[in-house]
Amino acid sequence: MLVYVIRRVALALVTLLLLSLIIFAIANVLPQNVGRAILGPFAAPEAVAELNRQLGTDQPLVNQYLRLLKGIVTFDFGTSYQTGQPVRDVVTTTLVNSSKLAVLALLLTIPLGLVGGVFAALRKGRLADRVIVTLGLAGSAIPEFVTSTFLIFLLGLKLNVLPVLATWPEGSGVGTQIYYLLLPALSLVLVYFGYIARMARAGTISALESDYTRTATMKGMSRAAVLRRHVLRNALLPTISVIATQTGYLFGGLLAVELIFNVNGLGRLMVTAAKAKDLPVLSAGVLVIGVIYMVATLLADLLISWLNPRIRLGATS
Amino acid sequence: MTSTPNSPGRGGDPVGDPVENPVTHTHDLTEPTVAETVHGVIDSALDEQVPVPAGPPVSAAAAALTARKAARRETFRLLLRRPEFVIGTLIVAFWVACAIGGRALAPKDPFTGDPFQTHASPGSEYWLGTDRLGRDVLSRVISGARDVLLVAPISAVIGVAVGTILGLVMGYFRGPTDDILSRIVEAFLSLPVAVVGLLALVVLGPSNWTVIGVVGLLFAPIVARTVRAAVLSERELDYVQAARLQGESAPYIMFREILPNVTGPIIVELTVRIGYAIFTIATLSFLGVGIQPPSPDWGLMISEEYSQIINGYWWPVVYPSLAIASLVIAVNLIADSLQGVLSR
Repeated sequence: MLVYVIRRVALALVTLLLLSLIIFAIANVLPQNVGRAILGPFAAPEAVAELNRQLGTDQPLVNQYLRLLKGIVTFDFGTSYQTGQPVRDVVTTTLVNSSKLAVLALLLTIPLGLVGGVFAALRKGRLADRVIVTLGLAGSAIPEFVTSTFLIFLLGLKLNVLPVLATWPEGSGVGTQIYYLLLPALSLVLVYFGYIARMARAGTISALESDYTRTATMKGMSRAAVLRRHVLRNALLPTISVIATQTGYLFGGLLAVELIFNVNGLGRLMVTAAKAKDLPVLSAGVLVIGVIYMVATLLADLLISWLNPRIRLGATS
Repeated sequence: MTSTPNSPGRGGDPVGDPVENPVTHTHDLTEPTVAETVHGVIDSALDEQVPVPAGPPVSAAAAALTARKAARRETFRLLLRRPEFVIGTLIVAFWVACAIGGRALAPKDPFTGDPFQTHASPGSEYWLGTDRLGRDVLSRVISGARDVLLVAPISAVIGVAVGTILGLVMGYFRGPTDDILSRIVEAFLSLPVAVVGLLALVVLGPSNWTVIGVVGLLFAPIVARTVRAAVLSERELDYVQAARLQGESAPYIMFREILPNVTGPIIVELTVRIGYAIFTIATLSFLGVGIQPPSPDWGLMISEEYSQIINGYWWPVVYPSLAIASLVIAVNLIADSLQGVLSR
């Protein structure tokens, strides 16, 4: 087990290194004069050179990349071109709000997806199964911002039951914040429900068809006990890794959702940074989303290996 | 990622278990779904004739060709029996007609509006209403099909082409080449395409061409993973060994021997990618870095008007939203039935 953990963490670090390299390469794929871009075409060349020196953008690319790596370790991502604030500060403030939204969405999606998937598997081929599968399929095929507009139209405009802007009054309690975040969270639920339900359904079906389930049934175990002790236990393992990957992708989906619902989160920050060509903020945001995905899948892999003795004792991937 | 979800249980679920449905953001390095089961219709029809790799006699080659044709016809017949395939195809055909017909089909000019008719509600004059500049929403939705239906398939084709080459190289050579490329692929997979796409398009500047290039290249690692899995199970088969013993070059074996035998998953992957390309490009356009104004692109229309829904002006947003939803669902229905038939 320990060998597996060390190996898996080392791999994650390699991925992180590559991730930073990819982001750096994309951000620098075109030669650019950052100082000129910020100060505009009429600024004095000396001022441009001075700004480039301050920002470190006059350095060779290798040095700039090394600085980025150092920044990752020391959690220092430079300053925003747009506002001059430290990138770390803007990213952390907005990340808190994004995490609230993401956690709320996950708290709704995971139980719904698991229950929906297992229920569909138990009624495989019948109406309930088809409805769940089709809904999940349609939901996950449609982009988040499209789902959001449908929800705003239905729940915000026609029924007028939920606020469409997630701008809660200053100092509101948890309950109020949840109320304001409910509509954006629901659009994420609609998109990610399908993945989890589909995986839970597949896991349950294959567990139901397995030999151990047949043996358990044949030896006279009650159906409820078979489900609890054999089917669900095995069925939900693969679902864990899907939940992890979806957590990572959910933060990607926040880009459009936060923009639509005006959530002061990382996604909206990145879109604003994109409009202003504020590359330090934008790259830091991309890196954070990549890291969230990486950590989530790492935790899921460790959890699965801990739950699954075949991996825990075998120690090979 | 260590899990290998749902490879068992597939056999017992012949009606295209929606679980292995391709509509998924799930990135799982193993992706067992298509890889092992491709030996479906096409291969089983071919198996008798084509264990012969290099230099088969002419008659055998001809027989193989007929068998391939017959298999293709059979695949098509099976597809037509699936209602979801027929529905998907009809919807896609409708939007393709709109894309081609464009201005000819649109009742009004999609670009110039009537300044006295801004945000007119749907009615007899403007069936789907007008937007904030008084432009006819129906005409814009019809002509908005063109850009996305041009940009999305091209980027999907690029992604599948580059990804196939990568996947063949990774799966065939294995060893250090595969290890290094796999790490890079995995790093790419930890980033949602729309997120990296946003960064890349800010740097490169948005245009239809940069969107095609960026989305295509970002899809390549995802495709590579699927193709690699298919190649891994294929390369151990006798015909590959035989070709190797005969001294065929690596590129010959990859492209002339293995590639024809993994077309099943590649075709499925292509349809899935087209669906995702529409998804991604609509999102990028919505975020302002995809298809650019004055194109009546659906994602753009939504981004220009979404803040007005709550004032009651829902029609310039809801109709393009319906257009996107119908198109992605239709493409996914097709992908789904293709996967069901090809992996049977």
